[in-house]
Amino acid sequence: MDRSIDQGLAKLQQRLLKMGEYVEQALDLTLRGLMSGSPDSFSQVNSIEHAVNTLHKEIDEAVLVLLAKESPMAADLRLILAVFKINSDLERMADQAVNITRHGKDYLSKPPLKPLVDLPRMMDAAREMVRSSLDSFVHRDAELAKQVLEKDDFLDASKEKIQMELMQFIKQKPESVESAMSLILIARNLERIGDHATNIAEDVIFIVTGADVRHQGKTA
Amino acid sequence: MTTTPSIELETKNLCAFFGTFKAVSDVSLSIISNQVTSLIGPSGCGKSTFLRCLNRMHEEIEGASISGKVFFKGKSIYDMHDPIEIRKHIGMVFQKPTPFPSMSIFDNVIAGVRLSGERNKKVLAELVERSLREAALWEEVKDKLHTLGTDLSGGQQQRLCIARALAVAPPVLLMDEPTSALDPISTAKIEEWLVGMKGKLTVVIVTHNMQQAARVSDQTAFFLSGELVESGNTGVVFTVPKDKRTESYITGRFG
Repeated sequence: MDRSIDQGLAKLQQRLLKMGEYVEQALDLTLRGLMSGSPDSFSQVNSIEHAVNTLHKEIDEAVLVLLAKESPMAADLRLILAVFKINSDLERMADQAVNITRHGKDYLSKPPLKPLVDLPRMMDAAREMVRSSLDSFVHRDAELAKQVLEKDDFLDASKEKIQMELMQFIKQKPESVESAMSLILIARNLERIGDHATNIAEDVIFIVTGADVRHQGKTA
Repeated sequence: MTTTPSIELETKNLCAFFGTFKAVSDVSLSIISNQVTSLIGPSGCGKSTFLRCLNRMHEEIEGASISGKVFFKGKSIYDMHDPIEIRKHIGMVFQKPTPFPSMSIFDNVIAGVRLSGERNKKVLAELVERSLREAALWEEVKDKLHTLGTDLSGGQQQRLCIARALAVAPPVLLMDEPTSALDPISTAKIEEWLVGMKGKLTVVIVTHNMQQAARVSDQTAFFLSGELVESGNTGVVFTVPKDKRTESYITGRFG
C-alpha cells in the first residue's frame, strides 16, 4: 500500500545521497591535490561546499514539513530524525574538506617537509569510512555500520601519531613550524571527518534496530 | 529511587464471546494505576469488547460471555454478585455523548450520586461544581446549571458525561472513543483534560486516532483480531515497536 509519507521519504533520501556524493567528491579532490602537489583541484571543493550548503537547508526544511504533515511513527520517525542528523554531519564534512584545502594550499606553497605517508593513509581511511557509512544507510546495513565504528580508532591513532611526529619535527627544525602545523591541522580535520562518519553509522544502527549506540567504548 | 507502579486492573487469559464467536482471545494485560492506557487497533480487533469486559458491561449484551479473569485491586470482578457495584468504581464514557435527555445539567451530574442516597443540597451543589471543574466545563455552564443537558454542544455534552462519571469518584474511568464524534476544538479540550488527569485517575481509552493515543497516554496496547499483540510505554511502542504487526499498523500500512 502506498502511503502519503513514502514519496516524501524517498525524496528526502535522494537529496541526502546527493549530498553524500558531493562530500565524497570533495574528499577525492582534496586528496588528489595534496598527493599531486598541485592545488588546482582545490577550487572545485569550494563550489561543492556551496552545493552542499544549499542541500543542507533544503533537507532541513523537507524534514520539518514531513514531521508537521505526516506525524510519522516508529521506523519512519527514526529515519526522518536520522536524516536530520546525517544532514548536519555531511555538511560539517564538506566544511572540513574546505579546511583541508586551505591548509593544503598553505603547505604546498612551501617546500615539502617530508614525503607524505601517514596522511594519505589517513585520507584513504576517512574516505572509506564515509563511503561505508553512506552505503550502510542506503542498504540499511547495521553490520556494515558497525564496521565503520570499529575503524574510527585507526583515524584517532593516526592523528595522534602524526601530531607527535610533527611536534618532534618542529622541535628539531623550528623553521618548519608553519608547514608542520598545516599538516597537523589536515590530520585533525580528517579525524573529524571520521567522527562524522561514525555518527552516520550510529544513526544507521538507530534506524535499523532502534538502539542508541552512541558514547559506547569511549575512553576518557 | 524509582517506585514500582501499582496495578489497578488486570486481566488474565481473558476471552470474550458473542455466542460462540470469540471476539477477544486470551488477553493478559495490566493497567497501571493513575496512568492513561490507550487501546489501539483496526476496526473489529476487539478493543471495545475488551474495554467493556473491564466493568462487566459486556455481559449486558444478550448472548455475551467471558472466560478468564479480570481483577480490580486484586479482586476478581466476575466473582462479585452485583455488576452495578463494580461500575461505581469503574465508570464509563461512551463514543456518543449520552446526557440524560430530560434532566438539567445539575441533575445529570448528580444522577449517579443520588442513586447512592445522597440528598444534602449543599453537598450535592459542591459535588456538581467540583465534577464540572474536573471535567473543564464549569466556567461554560455555571450560569445555566438548570438548563437541559441536551441543550449543550456535542463537546460540552461529552464533558458533561465525564463530569457525571467523575461525580461518583471512581478510581477508574473507561472511555470508548470519547472524541470520535466531536469537532477538533472539543477533542483538544478533552485531551487536555485527560493529560491533566495523569497521576490522579486511572483511565483506559479506546481510540482509532493513533496521534491521540501518542499524545495522551502513558501506556499503549495494540490489539489485532482479538489478540493483544504488544503493550508497553507509549513512547517506546510508537518509536521502537517490538512486533512487526504493530510497526505496520502504526505506520499506516494497514488498518
